[in-house]
Amino acid sequence: MIEVEGLTRYYGDFAAVQDASFSIGEREIVGFLGLNGAGKSTILKVIAGLLMPSAGTVRVGGVDALEDPDTLRTKIGFLPEEPPLYREMQVREFLRWAGQAKGCSAKEVDAELPKVIELCDLGTMQHKVIDELSHGYRKRVGIAQAIIHRPEVVILDEPISGLDPQQIVEMRKVVRSLKERATVLISSHILTEVAVTCDRVLVIHGGRIVATGSTDELAEQQGGGGSVTLSLRGTVDAVKEALSSSDAVTDFEVDEDEALVRADVTLADGERARDELVAHVVAAGLGVFAVADTVSELEQAFLQLTRGDAKATLAKEEKAS
Amino acid sequence: MRGMMMVARRDLAAYLNNVWGYAVIAVVLVVDGILFNAVALGDRPKYSAEVMEQFFYFSFGTTVIASMLLTMRLVAEERQTGTLVLIDSSPLRPWQIIGGKYLSAMTVLAGLILVTLYMPALVFVNGKVSYGHIVAGYTGLLLVAAATAAIGTFASTVSRSQLVAGFASTALTVVLVVFWLLAKVADPPLKDVFSYMSLYDRHFRGFMQGQINTEDIVFYVSIAFVSLMLSTRFMAARRWR
Repeated sequence: MIEVEGLTRYYGDFAAVQDASFSIGEREIVGFLGLNGAGKSTILKVIAGLLMPSAGTVRVGGVDALEDPDTLRTKIGFLPEEPPLYREMQVREFLRWAGQAKGCSAKEVDAELPKVIELCDLGTMQHKVIDELSHGYRKRVGIAQAIIHRPEVVILDEPISGLDPQQIVEMRKVVRSLKERATVLISSHILTEVAVTCDRVLVIHGGRIVATGSTDELAEQQGGGGSVTLSLRGTVDAVKEALSSSDAVTDFEVDEDEALVRADVTLADGERARDELVAHVVAAGLGVFAVADTVSELEQAFLQLTRGDAKATLAKEEKAS
Repeated sequence: MRGMMMVARRDLAAYLNNVWGYAVIAVVLVVDGILFNAVALGDRPKYSAEVMEQFFYFSFGTTVIASMLLTMRLVAEERQTGTLVLIDSSPLRPWQIIGGKYLSAMTVLAGLILVTLYMPALVFVNGKVSYGHIVAGYTGLLLVAAATAAIGTFASTVSRSQLVAGFASTALTVVLVVFWLLAKVADPPLKDVFSYMSLYDRHFRGFMQGQINTEDIVFYVSIAFVSLMLSTRFMAARRWR
């Protein structure tokens, strides 16, 4: 469905995307995962026909982005992070306009409208003025405008940003249901979201595709066993000695926290690494007060793929939450 | 053509759903009415033709100002609110987007200009003025609107905010208006260039006096065409930057 070869995109002298190549099949949900500024949105905008590539080729359904961008745009539905909505219009009126602006006849739009309204659960809101809707409903209207012309590819840039937990769950359902109609590309920097929603992930770092595969495959490829935080009773030296001698540990940092010793531990690959670590510290005579997972296997894989930049960002997000 | 009409229809609805459009129309009509009473009719007896000439003189100014105020939002507002991506990601071509937006602004401006017809009608009923004078004057006003709306569309296309677009279109228009002053002090061949480029002095006086000259029509249509062409080129070029 989507073939990208050697895609490079410059903004002035800055290369936002460099030599990216990948292909995506029909009815796949693919997540573009990367830190802010990694180049995910640029790649998606090029696929959507909003930006032209500086080098390389992009084909959607056999249509080349450079040779026939107008036809390419009929095949794509695009929702940017902030839904592009004419707020003075009513939902139904806006969707009719958007469908026709995207090349459908009034008849075709009228036939599609009820299905789209049902899929996005906009039935009770269809006669409301968009400006009166909540952020969650505006996102839904944004998705509805992206699919009203029955595109072969739907691109959603950060679809859950700004949504509350309940809206996130509902949005996931909507996104999963899009798979029945189209190939879906999602850009996100939230790992759990990508893990829950997508069949496959492309990890982007510094404008390059650094890994691709399912979330399980990525974790396996990178040998990421995740991280845990241990709260232990004992001395700092005893904790250090115990962790140094464990095969389940690849890296650790120890911090004295009042009566307890806190250890941030990076686990070795393997399903039982966590269990082995706990057994090892107990055997070393240390008291285990708490064990908390801090970084999942996917996060670990992501950290290894993106190195220091990602670690700093994850730490910041953890602190903020 | 269908795509252009889609854009025009949406933008026209935006004018009618927005207090800004009504406010501009109301203020321009009030100012026009006051100037008609205070300046054109005045406090001394005048020939009808002189009244009409003065009416078209200040209507030139109010038309230009209305044009600047109505066009500054066209593309810049969409860029500010993030809706530009909606039409950018559609198969609409740049000429359809620009053409549709220009058409909507021209529809509002033409409506506004035609509403002022009651003032010449008063002169027509109470005085002695030819149809030709009124037709020529209004042709001139519509051509000025066409040219300045196109300049405004261009300024809105290249600007990040409505305010900047307003300043840019005002600056461009003022430069074109004051070219006649430069023509007075410049030497040939610049004198001829400045004189020809003068938006008001060289090309509008004829319409004010009830004359329609092909050269003036060509001038205003050329300004509109070049401005719209540049806007379209700029819209298309954005995808490459």
